[in-house]
Amino acid sequence: MSSTLQYRRAKDKVFLCVVCILSSLTMIPLFLILWELLKKGYKQINLSLFTEVAPSSMDAMLARISNEPIPGGILNGLSGTILMLAMAIVMSIPVGILSGIYLAEHKDSKFSSVVRSLTDLLQGVPSIVVGVVVYAWVVRPMHSYSAFAGSVSLAIMMLPMIIRSTEESMKMVPGTLKEAGLALGASYSTIILRILLPAAFGGLFTGSLLAICRVMGETAPLLLTALGASAVNLNVTEPTSAIPLLIWEFYNDPNLANLVWTTSLLLLVFVLVINIIAKNIAKKWKIQ
Amino acid sequence: MENTINTQVRANSEPQPSGNSELLLQLKDVSVSYSPEKKAVLNVSADIYSNTVTAIMGPSGCGKSTLLRAINRMHELYPNIKTEGEILLKGENVLDMNPMKVRRMAGMVFQRPNPFPTMSIYDNVLAGYSLNNIKLNKQEKDEIVETTLRGVALWDEVKDSMTKKGSFLSGGQQQRLCIARALALKPELLLMDEPTSALDPISTNRIEELILDLKQQYTIVIVTHNMSQAARISDNSMFMYLGELVEYDSTKKMFTKPKEKRTEDYLTGAFG
Ligand SMILES: Nc1ncnc2c1ncn2[C@@H]1O[C@H](COP(=O)(O)OP(=O)(O)O)[C@@H](O)[C@H]1O
Ligand SMILES: [Mg+2]
Repeated sequence: MSSTLQYRRAKDKVFLCVVCILSSLTMIPLFLILWELLKKGYKQINLSLFTEVAPSSMDAMLARISNEPIPGGILNGLSGTILMLAMAIVMSIPVGILSGIYLAEHKDSKFSSVVRSLTDLLQGVPSIVVGVVVYAWVVRPMHSYSAFAGSVSLAIMMLPMIIRSTEESMKMVPGTLKEAGLALGASYSTIILRILLPAAFGGLFTGSLLAICRVMGETAPLLLTALGASAVNLNVTEPTSAIPLLIWEFYNDPNLANLVWTTSLLLLVFVLVINIIAKNIAKKWKIQ
Repeated sequence: MENTINTQVRANSEPQPSGNSELLLQLKDVSVSYSPEKKAVLNVSADIYSNTVTAIMGPSGCGKSTLLRAINRMHELYPNIKTEGEILLKGENVLDMNPMKVRRMAGMVFQRPNPFPTMSIYDNVLAGYSLNNIKLNKQEKDEIVETTLRGVALWDEVKDSMTKKGSFLSGGQQQRLCIARALALKPELLLMDEPTSALDPISTNRIEELILDLKQQYTIVIVTHNMSQAARISDNSMFMYLGELVEYDSTKKMFTKPKEKRTEDYLTGAFG
């Protein structure tokens, strides 16, 4: 009798150990990546990273020969990323939120289930394919690579995440709130806009931030749409750089290869910080 | 069979008006169906007088909430639900009125307290105005908030935390806030669906006292699963069973000399 109890306790302990070990194993890759980026990239971290555009291959070569840090920064990539993300947000968030509300409000309609399946499919479309399609839709008709085309491809990639997170957070809002609004004589649109959306805001905001994180590092679609630029460009109809595009360019130029680490580190830190903010907001806004 | 029941319902739906109260709400052959086959409320007729508390009792699933929600047309949230008959509020059929107007004339309090979680206590009280885009100046707002919260005996407890969220309050306080939110629009009628069933005995007691107090100014229809509550607070009682209004009479008469066998069985605990 007591021996089976002991056996059970031992089994519990072993199980717990295995679970702990395995879950700490999953953290190892992240820390290894961070460590590697820090080790190789810290030398290039300085203010000019944020105030100067990417150096030319020539300048970098000269610096390398004289054993100095590579001059210049990633301002052209940073500004391009911010510009294209901002446009992608403006395009995808209204559409995504409205579709999400529709899906949550018409859970069982045929149309909703079609939209839901299409959204899932869209989520699975490889980013390079999105890039090719936007190339055909936007770049070719406009006869130019552009920040606009880049942001369209990012917006398409953000859309499914925003739709689903809106739907999920709208569904979490208790139905009694809707009834309370109705009982006060409020119209349907007022109930949606002034009661349900604010109550779902936390989840919605988190979902949008995570969608931004997700597309921040996208490279393939931008190669086919925004192309890249060596100067800061704020004209949406012109080719534009982005942080992941710079990483790709640095990687392809032996003189600039050292900058890959610093730039990657920066991109990763941005993504992690936004992620942490998103998680905290989700916690804070949760309806009890 | 159906006919005899209907005539009995009419015969039993005559509690006498008391004092200076007047006819406020008339239900005439009201039926509500969730689907063509399933009627949840069957041919209910009853007259309700102003400044009274009317309790709707009956075993769970007998259609109490369904009947109550027909009065302020809450069923319209769901397209399949059909309401038939006439519901006259101050002589006007609510089924022909603008639903927004009906709902402002007939406030509703729900089973679970449901203050708006993103609004402050102050804004919750005024929600009926803001959600209907009725503009008020600061002074009017302050006055409505204070008088309404005093009316539900919540003012002293919350006057220093007006800007806190409604969810910061205890369950009983939240429910009083919800009553205040409904009363702020100065409705003719207050509909309450088991407003104390999610509350502890002390909070329940306070809400019951509040209901007795509100009777001076308002007319209240309250669904309750609790017979002793009905006995404590109501002037008239309805007993519903399987969607029918079996008996409607003054609470005193119903609890002492029920006319119907089914009412007696329910009141003596034979079922329910
Ligand atoms: N949304 C609904 N759809 C279908 N049937 C319902 C719905 N709501 C309630 N009913 C049915 O209608 C009847 C009356 O319900 P209800 O009015 O909620 O009862 P009560 O409030 O007296 O407990 C029950 O048989 C219940 O199953
Ligand atoms: Mg009920």
